[in-house]
Amino acid sequence: MPDRPIKVLIAKPGLDGHDRGAKVLARGLRDEGFEVVYTGLRQTPEMIATAALQEDVDVVGLSILSGAHMTLLPRICRLLQEEHLDDVLVTAGGIIPDDDVPALKEAGVDEVFGPGTTIREVADYLRANVHPRD
Amino acid sequence: MAALGGDRRALARLLTAVENRTPVAEAALRELYPKAGRAHLVGITGPPGSGKSTLVAAIIGRLREAGRSVAVLAVDPSSPITGGALLGDRVRMQAYAGDRDVFIRSMAARGHAGGLSSATGAAAAVLDAAGFDLILIETVGTGQSEVEVAAMADTTVVLEAPEMGDEVQAIKAGLLEVADIVVVNKGDRPGAQRTAAQLRAMLVAAPKVGRGDGRPRPKAPEVLLTTAATGEGVPQLLAALERHRAAGQGSDAAATRLARAEAQVWAIAAERLRSRLHDPTHRSATASTLRAVADHDLDPYAAADRLLADVE
Repeated sequence: MPDRPIKVLIAKPGLDGHDRGAKVLARGLRDEGFEVVYTGLRQTPEMIATAALQEDVDVVGLSILSGAHMTLLPRICRLLQEEHLDDVLVTAGGIIPDDDVPALKEAGVDEVFGPGTTIREVADYLRANVHPRD
Repeated sequence: MAALGGDRRALARLLTAVENRTPVAEAALRELYPKAGRAHLVGITGPPGSGKSTLVAAIIGRLREAGRSVAVLAVDPSSPITGGALLGDRVRMQAYAGDRDVFIRSMAARGHAGGLSSATGAAAAVLDAAGFDLILIETVGTGQSEVEVAAMADTTVVLEAPEMGDEVQAIKAGLLEVADIVVVNKGDRPGAQRTAAQLRAMLVAAPKVGRGDGRPRPKAPEVLLTTAATGEGVPQLLAALERHRAAGQGSDAAATRLARAEAQVWAIAAERLRSRLHDPTHRSATASTLRAVADHDLDPYAAADRLLADVE
């Protein structure tokens, strides 16, 4: 594990306005020692990919409660791949049915966290799975 | 783009290396430094919530209309307890995704006091060498004395919000003294005009003592009114930035550049000294000296002399 802080982008793709979860997680990861870039509501996949590229984050965390995850999340993964951000860990949270998880993982989402996940669980997962950089 | 061939991912990775002060970063900075020095470095500082990020977003919009490329370094504080940080400045600046001539980078202060992170100067040099026309350096929300940005920027803009203080606040030493341009933002709020008038009265009238004899003298900043959220007053601010830059080829600008060079070299020298004091050869001697100070067996001045002698 590098001794520098892990840098995480927390983004809300799509049009739902429920940002409480994203803000709680952003704050919680801050308290776990992460550097969290928070970009706010109503982000397009292009905005998220641009932010991930410019910020050189280790993790992109996506919060979505609108039901549009099967459209938006694969598109974000594809844009990240097009920018050659293959070593960025992609996680998702919000309201995502279990049945959709395999397809999302196939599309490039590394992990999906459902309701009830604790911040400590997310932090431990990120620390264990973030891709090492030179 | 001059350096890095316009590769945005390489630029982003290099900025990370600079933040983490890796050997790669040092080698790159040595190579890039001669290519830097062309961009207009603009510092944006002011209290939390005064509208720095919103103003930066408005400035980006105007610059892009004029076809100029712009990079932003947005610094937010790190937790003194966990080392974590919430970097939220991008929230206001997300309209430029996909525009290759806008590059926004958030930086955590990582325990550095003064309103910036210790790597901000080096990061600005990288963006400068990468060919951006204008580099906006947004500090953490500042109080009265975080003036470090003034040494780093060619032009320092200090934001004030309406009704934040009376004339006495305006004549206190510190942040307002380093302003090249003072902006009263939230110009649509009650009291904005009066705040601007008070600042104008107290700042513009600063006596130009010691002119020409090389002694430092107070600046007489322009005071402008903006409403960053609507863009009102932003064209006037850009014009003021241009005027300041055009006027700044004289001795003031030379003094700023010298101060910047000094700040950069001192920071590196201090860092080198610190890492030598903690290297395997000196680590235990350093620790015992520090312990002696903690126990009041040694005074801090003698300890500093001893540590300096140790590494010579």
